[in-house]
Amino acid sequence: MQIDLRTVSIQPQRNAFDHLVRRFGDKPASRYQEGSYDIQAAENLHYRPTWDPDQQLYDAGITRIAMRDWYALKDPRQFYYSTYTLTRARQQDTTEANFAFVESRGLADRLAPELREAVLRLLVPLRHAAWGANQNNTFVCGYGFGTAFTQPCMYHAMDNLGIAQYLSRLGMMLGDVEALDAGKAAWLDGPAWQPLRRYVEDCMVVRDPFELFVAQNAALDGLLYPLVYARIVDDELSARGASAVAMLTQFMAEWFDETRKWVDAVLKTAAAESDHNREVLQGWMAHWSDRAAAALVPVVELVLGVDADEAVAVQIAAFKARIHKTGISF
Amino acid sequence: MDMKATKKKLGMKERYRVLTRDLGWEPGYQSKEAIFPYVRYEGIKVHDWDKWEDPFRLTMDAYWKYQAEKERKFYAIIDAHAQNNGHLNLTDARYLSALKIFLQAISPGEYAAHKGFARIGREFPGVGTQVACQMQAIDEIRHAQTQIHAMSNYNRYYDGFHAFADARDRIWYTSVARSFFDDAMSAGPFEFMIAIGFSFEYVLTNLLFVPFMSGAAYNGDMATVTFGFSAQSDEARHMTLGLECIKFMLEQDPDNLPIVQGWIDKWFWRGFRVLGLVSTMMDYMLPKRVMSWREAWEIYGVENGGALFRDLARYGIRPPKGWDDAEQAIDHMSHQFMLGLYQWSFGTAFHSWIPSDDDMAWLSAKYPDTFDRHYRPRWAHIKKLKAAGTPFKNYGLARLCQCCQLPCVFTEPGDPTLTCHRETVYKGEKYQFCSDGCKDIFEHEPEKYIQAWLPMPALFSELGGDVAAWMDWVNLRDGADNGDYDGSRDQKHFDEWRGLATSNL
Ligand SMILES: [Fe+2]
Ligand SMILES: [Fe+2]
Ligand SMILES: [Zn+2]
Repeated sequence: MQIDLRTVSIQPQRNAFDHLVRRFGDKPASRYQEGSYDIQAAENLHYRPTWDPDQQLYDAGITRIAMRDWYALKDPRQFYYSTYTLTRARQQDTTEANFAFVESRGLADRLAPELREAVLRLLVPLRHAAWGANQNNTFVCGYGFGTAFTQPCMYHAMDNLGIAQYLSRLGMMLGDVEALDAGKAAWLDGPAWQPLRRYVEDCMVVRDPFELFVAQNAALDGLLYPLVYARIVDDELSARGASAVAMLTQFMAEWFDETRKWVDAVLKTAAAESDHNREVLQGWMAHWSDRAAAALVPVVELVLGVDADEAVAVQIAAFKARIHKTGISF
Repeated sequence: MDMKATKKKLGMKERYRVLTRDLGWEPGYQSKEAIFPYVRYEGIKVHDWDKWEDPFRLTMDAYWKYQAEKERKFYAIIDAHAQNNGHLNLTDARYLSALKIFLQAISPGEYAAHKGFARIGREFPGVGTQVACQMQAIDEIRHAQTQIHAMSNYNRYYDGFHAFADARDRIWYTSVARSFFDDAMSAGPFEFMIAIGFSFEYVLTNLLFVPFMSGAAYNGDMATVTFGFSAQSDEARHMTLGLECIKFMLEQDPDNLPIVQGWIDKWFWRGFRVLGLVSTMMDYMLPKRVMSWREAWEIYGVENGGALFRDLARYGIRPPKGWDDAEQAIDHMSHQFMLGLYQWSFGTAFHSWIPSDDDMAWLSAKYPDTFDRHYRPRWAHIKKLKAAGTPFKNYGLARLCQCCQLPCVFTEPGDPTLTCHRETVYKGEKYQFCSDGCKDIFEHEPEKYIQAWLPMPALFSELGGDVAAWMDWVNLRDGADNGDYDGSRDQKHFDEWRGLATSNL
């Protein structure tokens, strides 16, 4: 039924849902707030999981990090489903245009063979690492506590899958399906990739969601993305004539710049919560970033050769400086 | 070498395989048992995850693009709806009771589905299965959010919406839906898939969403129509996932059949009980009705469900055990439930009311065998009490079913004059049930169901039966959120605002 309504001004009875008024005061709430705060069941959970009766259905106790309020871990991007998807759809338009540009100009075909080889050798096996990241972020979303913390992990997991798919397309564009097969063989058996694969598989058995967040999103990706996409693709390979490749990985570079702000905000809030948290985070960060750095050296060597150690060392220093700002020193 | 000339064109299926399944690998540094620890204990045998057929082939680039288009449209419409006082287009504010129940009981289920699919999107060892589950996980948080956003504007003007997060965890009738989703999430990954992916999405979703969305359309609720419409293509994917999953389990090993059949029996009955709320909405809460619950059941239950189970018969699956009991309950459940809601309306964060003479004429036409005989006399009695100034209120303790958590208000299959009660004793404790279906479910997993949090006994043990204290605890505003629609604030406001908006002065 559509009736003709005159424009009238009527008095709203309230500004927002009660749980949001309790948190933010009696004023209209944002869509991020409505879609994020207190929407996970909090009380009177009915049954213990049959898959692990020691846990509750939503259990803040399965991580060593303790928060009085898990909703303090808010996302500075204020992503909820809509803003997340709109942002990625825009980036996808750009990426699609970049792929089309490289394709239509035949830029990939004009790469010198040894350069093409280097690109494939480095980037194609990383599609498996991105899949590992997807697994780990899906885990953090599934088992982490509180929507503010877990919802961005689902978005992050889908991003990880998207990146794995962009890398696969890049591989096919430069070297057909054979390049993917070769990349997978290297991931499984190539000596350069084994420390990284071990790192990823070891993460897949970590069942503390916050530790996994640190190991994957801070320690590993915090070193891998700047090394691979900034230092190697944007600097080294572009200088050698492969700037077309940088167009194909523009998404990854921008994505890292955007998402690290979220990762840092989460770390900073958790560390500021208590000395206990800070100590736990320091321990994890030291452990996993050491391992990540060691795992990345042979990968970086694939392109930078003898310069790999130095490149990794420079990045470790930058990473430490970044993480120190969150209140975590290691 | 001209790369272009040699490049292979991959078919859709092969291309999708390369972009998803081929990303995974056999682990070498950790065992599969350690990486996927929950995939064996339910007894389902899977020999080859590669036999999984992708139910839809959506890569992330396409996902972002399609979903963003839908999001843009959705928010444009609900923004306009809020700006133009779209709520005054409703047939009547009584209609909002259905939405209030939805926000308190069903939207939290969307969130639970999100969480559950994230978990199984990690726990299943096959990449194809994982990706499909992950996409459902992100879709389901979308549904929770679009529903909250669509109803946010109603909350600004009407009672009963404001405390949905408190109601979700504390009020009595939401535990029907909450216990359903908690039950599924506390089960293993395969049972979760049957519970939500198959029974809920495939068998029951049409009974929930189609009547609900048409009810919204008939009653001028553009906000709800919009979120329903926008979720439709997501739901189509979820349904194909549920069906693929059940076929996959049945094809992998003959030993899976009895386990799957047991879950189908259980989750059909669990779901059917949750739908009791929908039956009431359709028969009583829509000022302008779409079809009766009986008619919806004929189309979406009997016809669609019948076709589905005929299709699954080749795997040895038979229709769910409770099907015949369900069929017998169809002509009674909405009346029994609305009578219950009316007498306990002091404790609901939505309004109920006595059906008008027109309503009753419609009900007797739609339920010729049951309404006039069994339910009209009870409404007539309640109406008389109200006219005499002594409205019928039941402050007594409703006996809740230990399994489905509905009050035991349903009658015996075959005898609509006799209320159905079942009991069982487990470890010296007595437990009550509304039906054979619920009792069977309990007896199959007593250790699970004895843990159920039952809101009514909790009220009496923790708050000593103090109704006012209970209302504070569940955040129910007495005299505003609850009780009869007739004389409510919602009624007064709606009539006044609509008068303003439609008068020529
Ligand atoms: Fe949904
Ligand atoms: Fe769904
Ligand atoms: Zn029951």
